[in-house]
Amino acid sequence: MAVDKKYETPMLDQLETGPWPSFVKEIKAAGEENPMANDLIGLLEQSYTERLGHWKHGGIVGVMGYGGGVIGRYSDLPEKYPAVSHFHTIRVNQPAGWYYTADVLHKLCDIWDKHGSGLTNMHGSTGDMVLLGCTTPDLEPVFSELTELGFDLGGSGSDVRTPSCCCGQSRCEWACYDTMGLTHFITQKFQDELHRPAFPYKMKFKMSGCPNDCVASIARSDISIIGTWRDEIQINQEEVRNYSKNGVNIVKEIAVLCPGKCIDWDGNEIKIDDSSCRHCMHCINVMPKGLAPGKDRGAVVLMGAKAPIVEGALLSSVIIPFMKIEEPYDDMEFWEVIEEMWDVWCDNGKARERIGEFIQRVGLGNFLDEVGLEPVAEMVAHPRDNPYIFYEDYLEEEDEDE
Amino acid sequence: MAAVEEVRDAMYKMVSGSAGQKKWKATDLHKACIELFGDDYNKRKEGKEAIKELVNSGKLVYTYFGGSFIEVPRVEGAAND
Ligand code: SF4
Ligand code: SF4
Repeated sequence: MAVDKKYETPMLDQLETGPWPSFVKEIKAAGEENPMANDLIGLLEQSYTERLGHWKHGGIVGVMGYGGGVIGRYSDLPEKYPAVSHFHTIRVNQPAGWYYTADVLHKLCDIWDKHGSGLTNMHGSTGDMVLLGCTTPDLEPVFSELTELGFDLGGSGSDVRTPSCCCGQSRCEWACYDTMGLTHFITQKFQDELHRPAFPYKMKFKMSGCPNDCVASIARSDISIIGTWRDEIQINQEEVRNYSKNGVNIVKEIAVLCPGKCIDWDGNEIKIDDSSCRHCMHCINVMPKGLAPGKDRGAVVLMGAKAPIVEGALLSSVIIPFMKIEEPYDDMEFWEVIEEMWDVWCDNGKARERIGEFIQRVGLGNFLDEVGLEPVAEMVAHPRDNPYIFYEDYLEEEDEDE
Repeated sequence: MAAVEEVRDAMYKMVSGSAGQKKWKATDLHKACIELFGDDYNKRKEGKEAIKELVNSGKLVYTYFGGSFIEVPRVEGAAND
């Protein structure tokens, strides 16, 4: 159905002139056929001109039984732009590793053209497919057609957010565990927590198959599960020599940059002191045919990252230095640790306090005590530089001596 | 173990009885139920189940206002027709 109404958009037009792909161009193209996309152009132009947002927060819309997956938005100019009076966002749980068939994408787009603005964001920062612009009466029909196609809503609000992962073993030889398998398992295991918000604030899981951390889990998730190994880096000396012959300066480009200072190259053979290796992947990334992660593979679990919102950004901290990740996943003790941590956070966390902020507030030592985890050296980011730190046991021993 | 029906009714009373005055999070409901039922209450079992039943039946709904809450259904002030 062609849309006749047209808006003058001098401000938005400027965003089409640069060298980059333009969202304005895409919204305009969608607006040729879809009245919601067309009215969105008019509303955006007015916002740009006035330097004023025209969206109101909707806190109640959703689908029956779910506490997440729909982010409510209303326009405060419903008479002027009636097609975007309601403009809710739907988050759809993406397949692990973001694999789709073209056929499924066509069907998704058909659903969205029928019920919404036709505009999508592939993908949102949590990883979901994001369907932009839906009316309240259309929410249930969209949901029902999505579930018929095999999709479910993702998370939003104070719940487990849609878990996401790198493509892992499906395409990458460095994956130290099956990220997609684990992500699918976590999504299923925590269905209740994903759809029924029960936490002080959001809780994100992200899985990376190796320390390259292609989904940036260390910076963007409350629980980061990053593949690693605990034996020696695998070396193919012949291939290492080939890199050298073909122009790689192994000393300058690899040994000097190794953060563990544990690489030695004598011009013919590379030696790695694995006990000092930081598992940063640098040497492996530069010589992928010559070096590879070890054979005893698993993952390190880190906790507490978040982007800056109220407080500054946080990177996550090691909680479990190494664990094997093998099927059946349900037998892993890890889930009990997770539930313990959630209990401590839920009982003591403030509203809108991420678990990383909570750990910072109460102190990692107290948090570990409550959860029942032993502190280990890998949890320490750097050696202490303050001599006035005393440990409880040490004090008790001293007291007894006195 | 507290019965799910008992927990469900108690939670509904708490939320509906203070509608417009207090916003309940799931964690608040669990804390209140621990006070009420003591050691008989398991938030991971009957606690979760009771909230699920209340929300699935439409007696209560989840809302989001800077964090997720559980409320009696209502029309929001910001909602357009
Ligand atoms: S994180 Fe590692 S395993 Fe995953 S895709 Fe990136 S390089 Fe490969
Ligand atoms: S992985 Fe990193 S720390 Fe380990 S040997 Fe290679 S460059 Fe050094």
